[in-house]
Amino acid sequence: MTKKIRIEVDCAACAAKVEEAMRSVPGVDSVSVSFMTQKMSLEADSNLFPGILNDCLKAARKVEPDFEMEF
Amino acid sequence: MTKKEKKRLNSIIICTVLMLAALLLEKMSSVPQWASICVFLFAYLAAGADVLLKAFSGIRSGEIFDENFLMAVATVGAILLGDHREAVSVMLFYQIGELFQSLAVSRSRKNIAALMDIRPDTANLETEGGILTVDPEEVAEGSVIIVRTGEKIPIDGTVIEGSGVLNTAALTGESKPRSVSEGDAVISGCVNNGSLLRIRTTKTFSDSTVSKILDLVENSSLKKARSEAFITRFARYYTPAVCISALLLAVIPSLVTGDWRTWIHRALTFLVISCPCALLLSIPLAFFGSIGGASRSGILIKGGTDVESISAIGTVVLDKTGTLTEGSFSVSGLYPADGVSEEELILTAALAETYSTHPIAAAIREYAGDIEVPSDIREASDIAGHGVKTVCSGNTLLAGNRKLMTAEGIAFTENELPGTVVYVAANGKYLGSIIISDTVKPSAPAAINALSSSGISCIMLTGDNRESAAIVADALGITDYRADLLPEDKVTAVESIIAERTGKGTVAFVGDGINDAPVLMRADVGIAMGALGSDAAIEAADAVLMDDDLGKICKAIDISRRCMRVVKENIAFALGVKALCLILGSIGRAGMWAAIFADVGVMILSVINSARLLKKE
Repeated sequence: MTKKIRIEVDCAACAAKVEEAMRSVPGVDSVSVSFMTQKMSLEADSNLFPGILNDCLKAARKVEPDFEMEF
Repeated sequence: MTKKEKKRLNSIIICTVLMLAALLLEKMSSVPQWASICVFLFAYLAAGADVLLKAFSGIRSGEIFDENFLMAVATVGAILLGDHREAVSVMLFYQIGELFQSLAVSRSRKNIAALMDIRPDTANLETEGGILTVDPEEVAEGSVIIVRTGEKIPIDGTVIEGSGVLNTAALTGESKPRSVSEGDAVISGCVNNGSLLRIRTTKTFSDSTVSKILDLVENSSLKKARSEAFITRFARYYTPAVCISALLLAVIPSLVTGDWRTWIHRALTFLVISCPCALLLSIPLAFFGSIGGASRSGILIKGGTDVESISAIGTVVLDKTGTLTEGSFSVSGLYPADGVSEEELILTAALAETYSTHPIAAAIREYAGDIEVPSDIREASDIAGHGVKTVCSGNTLLAGNRKLMTAEGIAFTENELPGTVVYVAANGKYLGSIIISDTVKPSAPAAINALSSSGISCIMLTGDNRESAAIVADALGITDYRADLLPEDKVTAVESIIAERTGKGTVAFVGDGINDAPVLMRADVGIAMGALGSDAAIEAADAVLMDDDLGKICKAIDISRRCMRVVKENIAFALGVKALCLILGSIGRAGMWAAIFADVGVMILSVINSARLLKKE
């Protein structure tokens, strides 16, 4: 399943970095982060989704401590 | 301004004041040098403390080569070399650039939000206790809502009382009034310019047209264009590469010449130049601005990838009925066979077509007027691409094209007149033919002309016969058309056009979204038109034209081409200036100031260039 999530990210370079970090999280099929609309879409197995989303947030925070997700 | 922006502005002001003070102290001979250096350092920390902190946490998490790291190394290096003035100005301008970037982005976000000002804030829900003003999200499907004069329709539904004129400008970009009355379906986002309307909702708010459109525009930036992905990938290699070159530039010539100071200084300017921010921001901003601007004109483009493929359109394949023509058929002539009356012909045809949903059937029934339908119609079969066969009161009635007559073994006289020909037969006896014609849309000739003159070839597809296809094609100046296509043939036709294409241009298919979703998906670019309220079309297409105006195809191509031009300009400009500064910097011809321009200046200029796309024509 693919879900759109509202996020907070500070700059275009940060968005690219965060996207890259989340892409390598196990279980993530595809991920796209938009700095312009402050949104991201995440595609992952629907049964494992909450856990994967949490891992993504952790991975993103590691490279960009200011990163926020609203869910 | 957001809290973060205010904080940044404050640190910029403090840094500027402290820097001016330090410059003043330097001029005064009575003040010792260490005092002015101290003030410089305070100025530096005022602007750069958060950069240093972020750089440090970046190193700890293994993400070394980010812009914070570059700025930190370049400025700390400059301070160690005794160039504290340069260090402070690099940091100051870096912060000004960041603030500018953040302001520019929030401004364009706001502009788009204003352009897309179609989200209704409230709905007037009719309840037993009177009319309540509620959040549209709370209105259940099947509720009754009230829309007063001047209000936006919040949720899709059907008018149950009242009549009026709707302004669809917010959705289509053109204020073409649409009159509605009891029983008509209405879509959210239109403004009621007539009297009070009572509407029974047929959808929830989140399934309504307005929500669908807003979702589409908001999520378009998540479908990233190839050029955007390219730049992100490029930045990943570019930044470390420049850092390594900086290191080499600091070490190797110094070992040879022994002049460490000069070469380290040159290496530090390298680091400032290497920041990829300008590219990373200006490209998504260009796509975002173009997609936002297009949606204002009633053109929804689903993503950056689609802007790219629309800009490269080389061939436009258009469906005839409903796209190039109005799709509203009317009977224009009756040609009964010998010994058959006109009345018998049309009545038989109307009976045969009783249960058909095809627009041609509707035209025949309308022409025949009210007829008595016998209750014993037993077998009515729609044979796609052929016509209908109906058994009624023991009579077998046929109405359809040449193929149907041939298939059923009926001897018929071919009618060569323009239009769609319906041949009619009863119990194996040929009764005559009916000509049905369709009118070309007023916007079609100009649109086809504009497409051809910009070097795009147009091909028309139709399920109608060669003769009627030729009439429309001639009227529009289309030289290439494929006729006699069954609905499933259209996909094959588009596939063969894609296979035969010459050059690099993409192939677009324009259809009205009814029955042609597979073709919309198969084409490089699927454009659905007049798709207001048609979910299947919005789903399948890459771009959606909100109304029936064919001129919007050219407009969509124009907007996309302009967007791609700006993207290319930005890439070329930023990389060009950076390459030039890197070369000049390594031979000592460009100092820290040129580096600041290559970083912040280029970023500001390319953001301004991208922001042009947002402007309304």
